[in-house]
Amino acid sequence: MELTGAQILMKVLEEEGVETIFGYPGGAVIDIYDELMKSGLRHVLVRHEQGAVHAADGYARASGKVGVCLVTSGPGATNTVTGIASAYMDSIPVVVFTGQVPTGLIGNDAFQEVDIVGITRPCTKHNYLVKSVDDMARVVKEAFYLARSGRPGPVLVDIPKDIASARTGYKPIKELSMRSYNPTYKPYRKQLKKVVKMVVRAKRPLIFAGGGVILSKSADELTRFARRGKIPVTTSLMGLGAFPGSDPLWLGMIGMHGTYRANMSSSQCDLLLAVGVRFDDRVTGKTDAFAAQAQIVHIDIDPTSIRKNIPVTVPVVGDCRFTLEQLNGLLEEENLGNLEEKRTPWLEQIEVWKQEARLTYDQKEIIKPQYVIEKLYELTGGKAIITTEVGQNQMWAAQYYHFDEPGHFITSGGLGVMGFGLPAAIGAQMAHPDKMVVDVAGDGSIQMNIQELATAVQNRLPIKVVILNNGYLGMVRQWQQLFYEKRYACTCMDCAPDFVKLAEAYGAVGLRATRPEEVETVLAEGLESDRTVIMDFLVEKEECVYPMVPAGAPITEMLLV
Amino acid sequence: MIEEKHVLTMLVDNEPGVLSRVAGLFAGRGYNIESLCVAETVTPNVSRITITTKANEVLIEQIIKQLRKLVNVIKLRDLTGKLSVKREMALICVQAKPEHRAEILRIVDIFRCKVVDVGQEHYILEVTGDEGKLTALINLLTPMGIKKIARSGTLALFREPK
Repeated sequence: MELTGAQILMKVLEEEGVETIFGYPGGAVIDIYDELMKSGLRHVLVRHEQGAVHAADGYARASGKVGVCLVTSGPGATNTVTGIASAYMDSIPVVVFTGQVPTGLIGNDAFQEVDIVGITRPCTKHNYLVKSVDDMARVVKEAFYLARSGRPGPVLVDIPKDIASARTGYKPIKELSMRSYNPTYKPYRKQLKKVVKMVVRAKRPLIFAGGGVILSKSADELTRFARRGKIPVTTSLMGLGAFPGSDPLWLGMIGMHGTYRANMSSSQCDLLLAVGVRFDDRVTGKTDAFAAQAQIVHIDIDPTSIRKNIPVTVPVVGDCRFTLEQLNGLLEEENLGNLEEKRTPWLEQIEVWKQEARLTYDQKEIIKPQYVIEKLYELTGGKAIITTEVGQNQMWAAQYYHFDEPGHFITSGGLGVMGFGLPAAIGAQMAHPDKMVVDVAGDGSIQMNIQELATAVQNRLPIKVVILNNGYLGMVRQWQQLFYEKRYACTCMDCAPDFVKLAEAYGAVGLRATRPEEVETVLAEGLESDRTVIMDFLVEKEECVYPMVPAGAPITEMLLV
Repeated sequence: MIEEKHVLTMLVDNEPGVLSRVAGLFAGRGYNIESLCVAETVTPNVSRITITTKANEVLIEQIIKQLRKLVNVIKLRDLTGKLSVKREMALICVQAKPEHRAEILRIVDIFRCKVVDVGQEHYILEVTGDEGKLTALINLLTPMGIKKIARSGTLALFREPK
């Protein structure tokens, strides 16, 4: 069967089970869009290519499938870079198709030409320039395989215009063979036996879980393991939802804005079980002081994560799900004896820390941002998918919304992209039309991709945007307050739009709360609506996120108020 | 921790952009490259890249893992401390004044170099050997005046079991 490159692309997308594509057309991808229109795929027209990648990212995290975007050459391609870099840092499976100028013009500085493969080499898991239509099927197939297997990540495929229209015979590819790519899923059993022995022996064990648990869909296995071993659990920002936030063994998030008890536990534990994490500097603080008394077991599918930042006692290279299943099996067989009794002093100590310093705030006459998140948690029953922008809003969402399930907290953790939350919410809502999706935003970051409101309204997505409006770039302002003697250099957003009118201008609903007693009614009204809603909460201007560990300090040195 | 010189040799897919991925990894992550050689192997779609780098124990582990993670890297080996053959080649253009010519030729003989170009005022010498040999030769020729030098960087192969 003779097909064009564009037709082959559509074929493979169908084979891969793709249903939704986020994109923006342009000259170099006209042929592909022409075929896309004829296919059964749903295309979501974003308003900026960065939004397309974030939306695909949000879609991938909410659905567990690969997110897909399609954009044109040149500026279309360069606009995706931030989104790709964010997906790369957070290991999110996304495939980005970019148009390219015809092969004959590559290298000639043609109109809308850019070397996007060169530009994205360091921030993709892998990328391709399709140089012959004969390679099209294999490359696209490989792109999906690479994106979702091993440690997932974004893959970019650059398709020159003439390749999209060139014809070749097409046969579906049944099996891929990539001689140089073979992720290790199964860990050494010997290592696992060692780990189980260590767990049984440990007096003060702690599980530190991360995004890897969510990506490998092993939250249930982790929970089983923690409960059977009576091990308290903390997670990184990316790991929120990997363990039920309502469980007594739950300590809250660890790190720069982690809870007092989570950070203290990490410094006092004698065994740290790190599962699907990469020991980011926002988690460890000063690395020499991190978990200094502990033997460390590090489970991760990516060998480069192990011993990159933190020395490890027992490295385990393997898929989190597979590894935890095996560990659970081994732990079942083990005679745990009086484990309960053995753990008691440790769990009691943690309880003392909990009483010493809880997450807290003082709601007086001005709305506290934390209060808004707490009310949001109550009114949604903790069931909403929360996306966030970046900064204080992100941290308050992480601290005060308690996540019971994986895939419900979607945030740009590694790269920290302001403007991530709204497009990510669009992706999450596309993946789960029946779920409540809320973007927790700040007045600064929401403006970075505000144009995507049009996308939400066009697609009738009932996304709710909660703006914690303090008139500042709050997190930077907080640093300036704490470490730069309140010199608020350029962090005051004096001139912001009227978000209620702005919502209405886009055809969405705009609501505002200016006093604490209005918070609940505004939230209730907004959440009830079946339309896209912006809720503008005028909050305390100079509120800080606490606890806070100053950059580079040990994570036990927390500013508490 | 002590920094040590490491010779890494790897088989990679022979396609455009692969060298850039490898070199870009070193640049982007702040690893150093002392020398780098790349050429096709007998299998046309496979190339061999040889890199010498200086790193401590922890860093070299990370460098090796990062390189192995590249999709186009098929196989990688650290030849440091292993049974291997390491060679470098250099072309050295040395000033050859009449009073030095005999001396230079004697050195050529001792080091088993070849004179590949002769002029009124210069010789171009071709030499292969390990790094120590090349350094020794360069030290001996320096007083005569080295006009230009081109070094290949280290090539290395693991010695097969006997």
